[in-house]
Amino acid sequence: MDDRLTTAFFVVVGVPASLVGYIFLVELVLRLVPQRRVPRIRPLLWIAPALAFLAVFLIYPTLDTIRRSFMDRLSENYVGWSNYEYMWTDHAVRGAIVNNLLWLVFLTLGAVGIGLLVAVLVDRVRYEPVVKTVIFLPMAISFVAAGVIWRFMYDFRPESGTLNAIITGFGADPVAFFSEWPLNTFALIVVGVWMQVGFAMVILSAGLKSISNDLLEAARVDGATEWQIFRKVTFPLLLPTIAVISTAVIIIALKAFDIVYVMTNGNFNSEVLANRMYKEMFTFRHFGRASAIAVVLFLAIVPIMIFNIRRFREQEAIR
Amino acid sequence: MTVAPVHAPTLEAGAPARTRPPARTPGRRSRTGRIVLHLSLAVIMIVWLVPAVGLFVNSFRPPAAVSSSGWWTALAPPYEFTFSNYSEVLSRQGLDTAFLNSLFITIPATVLVLAVAAFAAYAFAWMQFVGKDVIFVVMVGLLVVPLQVTLVPLLRLFADLGIAGTFLSVWLAHTGFGLPFAIYLLRNYMGGLPREVFEAAAIDGAAPTTSFFRLALPMSAPVIAAMAIFQFLWVWNDLLVALVFIGPVPGNLPLTVLVSNLVNSLGGQWHLLTAAAFIMMVVPVAIFIALQRYFVRGITGGAVKG
Amino acid sequence: MMATHRPFTRGLVAAGAVALALGAAACGDDGEGGSGDRTVTVIGTWGGDEEEAFRQMVAPFEDRTGITVEYTGTRDLNAVLTTGVASGVLPDLAGLPGPGQMREFAEAGALVPLDDIIDIDKYKAETSPAFVDLGTVDGKVVGVFIKAAVKGLIWYNPNVYTGDVPATWDELERIADQTATGDMRPWCVGLESGAASGWPATDWIEDFVLRQSGPDVYDAWVAGELPWTSPEIRQAFEAYGRVVAEDRTYGGTNYVLNTNFGSAANPMFADEPGCLFHHQASFITAFFENEAGATPDEYDFFRMPDINPQYAGALTGAGDLFGMFHDTPEARELMRYLVTAEAQSIWVGIGGALSGNTTVDNYPDDISARSAQMLGEATVFRFDASDLMPEAMNNAFWTEVLNYTQNPDQLDQILARLDEVRSSAYEEGA
Repeated sequence: MDDRLTTAFFVVVGVPASLVGYIFLVELVLRLVPQRRVPRIRPLLWIAPALAFLAVFLIYPTLDTIRRSFMDRLSENYVGWSNYEYMWTDHAVRGAIVNNLLWLVFLTLGAVGIGLLVAVLVDRVRYEPVVKTVIFLPMAISFVAAGVIWRFMYDFRPESGTLNAIITGFGADPVAFFSEWPLNTFALIVVGVWMQVGFAMVILSAGLKSISNDLLEAARVDGATEWQIFRKVTFPLLLPTIAVISTAVIIIALKAFDIVYVMTNGNFNSEVLANRMYKEMFTFRHFGRASAIAVVLFLAIVPIMIFNIRRFREQEAIR
Repeated sequence: MTVAPVHAPTLEAGAPARTRPPARTPGRRSRTGRIVLHLSLAVIMIVWLVPAVGLFVNSFRPPAAVSSSGWWTALAPPYEFTFSNYSEVLSRQGLDTAFLNSLFITIPATVLVLAVAAFAAYAFAWMQFVGKDVIFVVMVGLLVVPLQVTLVPLLRLFADLGIAGTFLSVWLAHTGFGLPFAIYLLRNYMGGLPREVFEAAAIDGAAPTTSFFRLALPMSAPVIAAMAIFQFLWVWNDLLVALVFIGPVPGNLPLTVLVSNLVNSLGGQWHLLTAAAFIMMVVPVAIFIALQRYFVRGITGGAVKG
Repeated sequence: MMATHRPFTRGLVAAGAVALALGAAACGDDGEGGSGDRTVTVIGTWGGDEEEAFRQMVAPFEDRTGITVEYTGTRDLNAVLTTGVASGVLPDLAGLPGPGQMREFAEAGALVPLDDIIDIDKYKAETSPAFVDLGTVDGKVVGVFIKAAVKGLIWYNPNVYTGDVPATWDELERIADQTATGDMRPWCVGLESGAASGWPATDWIEDFVLRQSGPDVYDAWVAGELPWTSPEIRQAFEAYGRVVAEDRTYGGTNYVLNTNFGSAANPMFADEPGCLFHHQASFITAFFENEAGATPDEYDFFRMPDINPQYAGALTGAGDLFGMFHDTPEARELMRYLVTAEAQSIWVGIGGALSGNTTVDNYPDDISARSAQMLGEATVFRFDASDLMPEAMNNAFWTEVLNYTQNPDQLDQILARLDEVRSSAYEEGA
């Protein structure tokens, strides 16, 4: 154990130190380079460590995945487009695409909307840390534990299911949350919102804190109402941050897996693409089909990335 | 998803705060407004807490009671609470080792990702170079790569390098997986910092390193704190990456692996998970509370002044 | 087996070296757990009380040989072994997810044949032939059974059901309908089981197929040679459909679909019993005690009665397979130990498990002794059909049997969908 602590210490202190050393070394080297070339070379050297990591841990596996998506079950022979054809014909996969769209729209609206609401409201009260800790709690819970929690919530038996106890308390029949589509998908999205609002709130709140107080005070002095201040000042200033967190949550929705895996495993048409991919890969051991689903996920993200490029260009143009 | 273009006020956002923020003056707002505010926050908190409170109450109940009656019934007499779930989890063989392993995996993976991402984010935010947008967008697009598809190629690579089964492989993998979001988030925040500050520094002859360490980094404290929390959480709650890369070496596996295996293969003894969930939550929540002090207004302004 | 080591990998190794060099110095070789020189790494799905039982089972072995058994239990066994086989990073011994995966791992050359490692003649003499066959690929034994379970038992509360053991299924149905009156229904059924939801219903259908149409039809069905739309399979679905009809199960269809199998039988032990019978495997007794708080005098069982007298005495069962990935002296020793009656009697003695070894006889209670006896004496024994099917088929079976329970009128579409899966699951199977 002592060994490990030494190693950990070495990594925690040593790696950042060597990165800082690397940057200073870069700057030293750049002094030897003709001045007009420096602005071109410097950024590349600054991003080099990150690029190296990404090349090994994400780009290489991605290329490998694209290749495998055109191969058969155990990646032995090329089979053309047949894995993609399978995706469009298999009814479970088609159902998964519909569910992923629901996830995308409602998880994003729910998590970002509630996250924004909480971040803005909490900015005005003195017990801010308490509220934030409460909203953040679900993020700290592992998916396995979240599965246990929501099983208590959604349990069909009113004697042990919280929600059905409330529903039957009003005289209605208990609701089978997991065996009816699309109710089951929405029930799972609610769990996702519960877990991800903390994520959105923390980032939006950090963005909110960077808005100058002078600006808000000036607006107040001018007699603006709180709602006007939010609409005319806070919201526009927060837009870049909202775009970032929305992008992140959309990606989480596309990759939604753990909640579905733990709670329904896609039964009763609650399937999503990432869970299907997991099944194809590790249960059915069909690398070709699993890879094809992954590639479709990559493609789904392209429009969102194009939007992000435009946004960053605009941000640079006006600052 | 919002598609509205970024409005001009971003410019004003950039205006550095030259004075200390004046004290808040809540008294000016209407009384009913305040009541609505407190009420809405209370409702949100209750809705968010109920599921967790249910779990918390159940974690102190015997399993037969949990499966036959709701947690709310336990709040009325006769009280039937027990510590047995906790004592059973805490007496689990190897719990202390697993706890240390979790810290040992998580802390370096968090530090690494922040260290690597910060330089890259700064370069993307404040330097011009050919292909910047394309590189950046590909980087962020990598966020969507499902972790599961990387496991086989990476494990093969680690085996070739002879580091399969070591902690190093897990640190590196988590750093790789965490980087796209870290760079994205940090770049967005750093890109929103006031241009004048960096220009003034450049006119004063400050090197990029000076601008980075003296200006960009301290001004980005809130977002770095936020990123630290997320990366810590993701790695802390990860099971699959650790299990696949470290392999079946119980002395090196983290808490998640131990906890998920409190349940037997048929799903029996799940009641132990209720207690384990709270034991696992202690550290991330403590980190969150500790880092909350960075989420306050004025850090940015203060750093600019300094 | 996948092609390994492409030039591209090599190139990236070099490219990644920059990043790796940063941390490489700190690496060390802390990957090996430092507890003794001789160790065997073992991975399996056993957790909780099963993990405890396994540890007790290997404790005498560790004392005697000085070898440390490092066990990791995880329910993500499929992911670990799939990535492991594809990349060559594997434990010494492992519990195998099922016979289908075992065959694939063996054909990929990842599993070590055990014929020359264990005392194969003794193993074959002491193990039920059905289990020996299941562990054999291309004439070599690659998987052995450490523990087993009997399926298709009908459980009841002797304080509630006081009648005789019915001789036939028809008689059982008649009794059930006559005895169950008022709020008490004939059956308690619960099909929810997380990622494996639906399996209790597939057990029902397997029992019907075997008892209605016999072992040959059963084998053809398992092998993918008999269509799901064939009259034999349809008949089994319909018989199951009568069991789970809305008014014959406790709580009705939604209750059945949304209730965990582990707590499904709870109403049987309530003050006002909710049902008469529960169909489940021998391991369910642990759930009776933990979830329902039942005591051993409150439950008893009989074998699900015969349907077609031609196939009288049929029984289904399941078991946990174990295989070897690394041929080390320590792994060999442990493997040899695990198949012995000495080792398996330890787990059996703790309770909750049956042995794959027929010479083990120290069952701690009447229930497990009778189950084990049944396993040994079955005239027609068949392994759980869904476990034997390719995983994609098995998974579709789980899903569709839930859909059938929910919408019994859609049997045609459901069976047709299963045949659609069958057409691709087998052709590319092992």
